[in-house]
Amino acid sequence: MVSDISNDMPDSKIPSGPIADKWTKHKMDSRLINPNNKRKYTVLVVGSGLAGASAAATLAELGYKVKCFCYQDSPRRAHSIAAQGGINSAKNYQNDGDSVHRLFYDTVKGGDFRSREANVHRLAEVSTQIIDQCVAQGVPFAREYGGLLANRSFGGAQVSRTFYARGQTGQQLLIGAYSALSKQIADGGVEMYPRTEMLDLVLVDGHAKGIVVRDMVTGRVYSFAGDTVLLATGGYGNVFYLSTNATGCNVTAAYRAHKKGAYFANPCYTQIHPTCIPVSGSYQSKLTLMSESLRNDGRVWVPKKAGDRRLPSEIPDAERDYYLERKYPSFGNLAPRDIASRGAKEVCDEGRGVGDTGLGVYLDFSAAIQRDGEHTVREKYGNLFQMYEQITGENAYQSPMRIFPAVHYTMGGLWVDYNLMSNIPGLHVLGEANFSDHGANRLGASALMQGLADGYFVIPSTIANYLASETPGTVTTEHEAFREVEDEVRQRIDQFLSINGKRSVDSFHRELGLLVWDKCGMARDEAGLTEALQRIPELRAEFWENVRVPGDNANVNQELEKAGRVADFLEFAELLCHDARHRKESCGGHFRTEHQTDDGEAKRNDADFAYVGAWEHRGVGNEPELHKENLEFENVQLAIRSYK
Amino acid sequence: MATEKLNLTLKVWRQPSSTAQGEIVTYEAKDIPSTASFLEMLDIVNEELINKGDEPIAFDHDCREGICGMCSLTINGRPHGPGDGVTTCQLHMRSFRNGDTIWIEPFRAQAFPILKDLIVDRSAFDHIIQAGGYISARTGSAVDANAMPIPKPVADYAFDAAACIGCGACVAACKNASAMLFVAAKVEHLGVLPQGKAEKDRRVLGMVRAMDDAGFGNCTNQYECEAVCPKEISATYITKMNRDFAAASIKEAVVNEF
Repeated sequence: MVSDISNDMPDSKIPSGPIADKWTKHKMDSRLINPNNKRKYTVLVVGSGLAGASAAATLAELGYKVKCFCYQDSPRRAHSIAAQGGINSAKNYQNDGDSVHRLFYDTVKGGDFRSREANVHRLAEVSTQIIDQCVAQGVPFAREYGGLLANRSFGGAQVSRTFYARGQTGQQLLIGAYSALSKQIADGGVEMYPRTEMLDLVLVDGHAKGIVVRDMVTGRVYSFAGDTVLLATGGYGNVFYLSTNATGCNVTAAYRAHKKGAYFANPCYTQIHPTCIPVSGSYQSKLTLMSESLRNDGRVWVPKKAGDRRLPSEIPDAERDYYLERKYPSFGNLAPRDIASRGAKEVCDEGRGVGDTGLGVYLDFSAAIQRDGEHTVREKYGNLFQMYEQITGENAYQSPMRIFPAVHYTMGGLWVDYNLMSNIPGLHVLGEANFSDHGANRLGASALMQGLADGYFVIPSTIANYLASETPGTVTTEHEAFREVEDEVRQRIDQFLSINGKRSVDSFHRELGLLVWDKCGMARDEAGLTEALQRIPELRAEFWENVRVPGDNANVNQELEKAGRVADFLEFAELLCHDARHRKESCGGHFRTEHQTDDGEAKRNDADFAYVGAWEHRGVGNEPELHKENLEFENVQLAIRSYK
Repeated sequence: MATEKLNLTLKVWRQPSSTAQGEIVTYEAKDIPSTASFLEMLDIVNEELINKGDEPIAFDHDCREGICGMCSLTINGRPHGPGDGVTTCQLHMRSFRNGDTIWIEPFRAQAFPILKDLIVDRSAFDHIIQAGGYISARTGSAVDANAMPIPKPVADYAFDAAACIGCGACVAACKNASAMLFVAAKVEHLGVLPQGKAEKDRRVLGMVRAMDDAGFGNCTNQYECEAVCPKEISATYITKMNRDFAAASIKEAVVNEF
């Protein structure tokens, strides 16, 4: 049995009282800073996706001085933009039985009982305000002919609570946040630094008081001081090299903070999305997602016989296995992501996979086209079908799509308390970069909800709980701590440029990705993880001896940018595998083959593992130290997750 | 689809920095799979350049799924290359034939200075948005989302304009390097919605003036912008914006205040 909250675990600051009152009570109990004083505080926001842009804009509206940083050439390009399907909200506009409590319940259950109840309930509460806010900004959500907002259903839910903007919901929401941010930039509330990458965090007396950045155009390394630092830097999916993330997404900001003392929680909870376009060759640089919303109308199947190479049209219905409908009759093709992904892996392992590589399953729209007509299907998913055709050269109105799971989202992240502050005072973490709301598995259309909840509604209320006890502007970049960290960053850059080895950065990244996918991907076991933990340090050692980074640091140098990110992934991968090896149970996105039921479903171990695993860095190559935050379920009964 | 291997000759614009002189350099790209994307083809070429000890070709890219707007490139004289409604990252090598020569240049416009090789600075677009490309909606002050029904055709019209990804192909394709399609798409997306009406006049005046200040040219109705737009945004939005701009200008002259 795990003891109560470990003594050495920082207080999670979960408010007391009934679950439905906690957030209201917390806001009432929170500190306030008067408008004249707010402008004396500088807030550094790293990242400009949904969480970062919404936080930067809202904090500037409140009067804080905000500086915002992104590695892209414009804040509008952050990878939130690629989210396709939608955003959940407990509006119950469909009158189909939805409520804040049901969204809360679905999210806790969908997360396989590994998230914090209080955080999830708050997320469900503010979800309704998010939709109001976005519509006010001009986000063109789908509407019915009567002019009211339309909804659709998504995996893991039996109500229609997902708001969407064709297949480009993330783009439209991000443009909304970006436009709010742009207004604040114009009004002088936010200073924006695009093409600027955070390379380290600066602590002064144990508090996060600044960052060291590199200007990606000139190569200049310099610093910013602030009264608090917000990381909204996304997830670490690119540790697998191939993922649905943008090629630039990286773990550097979060990992650098981790090395400075921030606990990294539950890194083994990684989400493999079931509906991506299969890999076509070794040159592949990324994987493209086909929105989960397609599973509303598409039926997933493979041939019943292994090795059946006939064209899909030649396989009669009786010889097809609609395995999700067969195994999970009540949720069918809308089973949650982790379950749908493992289902695909299973049938491919049995030799029933389709396509040249045998690593694919069919997603078939012929029934929907017959039922509703091609026009209706085109209206709903036209851009996705178009994207599929651009990539594969195949027309999915005529023959089924081929799909395969791919790394998509990471539920783990830096540990934060209810105020979204990490165990480093002054370091706040928002959006995918924190660990807080999705437990071991995120439900579809919940990432956008969390990013915007954190940025628009949570941090603006909780940030004062830290700032109010800090005297503004006490730390400047003249402090010696900045010199030290800048020097370390410069030395590392010089080192990359001087190794002059024989292998490109990408070749290391690819090798690392294959290794992590193989040993710590859709299914994991003790032996494989132990092997990975041996192999990763070897690869890292080779990297530092044999990587080749051409060019210098006086200009744009994309190889140098990648080198820094891959160097961090090479350390982070070890942490990921440590966590996966220590968690001897299967839950959500973490499937340990030793822990499954007789019919192959994930087997949780609540007696020993109902906790958040928060890791403390103990030096590169050393075992990290585990801290446990016990999870208590007072409102949702711990149960075996069933979608049958 | 079967994978073919292509051998290609690339003519690529190389320019070490924003101030350096640039030139076209020729490269041979061997054994490129037809299933690779255009950017993956450049990855393969770059891997070879690095292995030879040369500096790889610098180009902007990020999401590689046609939505972030970061990738650019003028391919054989056409922004985002052959094919309608695609960005460079979605262009696949099956669009080319074995033995082809491919010219690869940056998006060229005075308002988009080159930073290195094929990378240009498009921050002028951000400045235009900052000049009015938003609806002022303070967080927390919104009414219920269904309080204001918006007819589906209006919402769809707004959406078609809102699909703009800010890549800048419209500017690169235009002989005047005009940003009118980019500006019109935002002006009309927000202006047609009831919640965007309050700032409609300020918005169009601010954005058009910011566009002029940034050094973009004017529209002379050639429609190259519409032809290369990866999101197929219609040039009719420009007509609509011109009318809104004229109306706002008159109001400004008469009322002299907004």
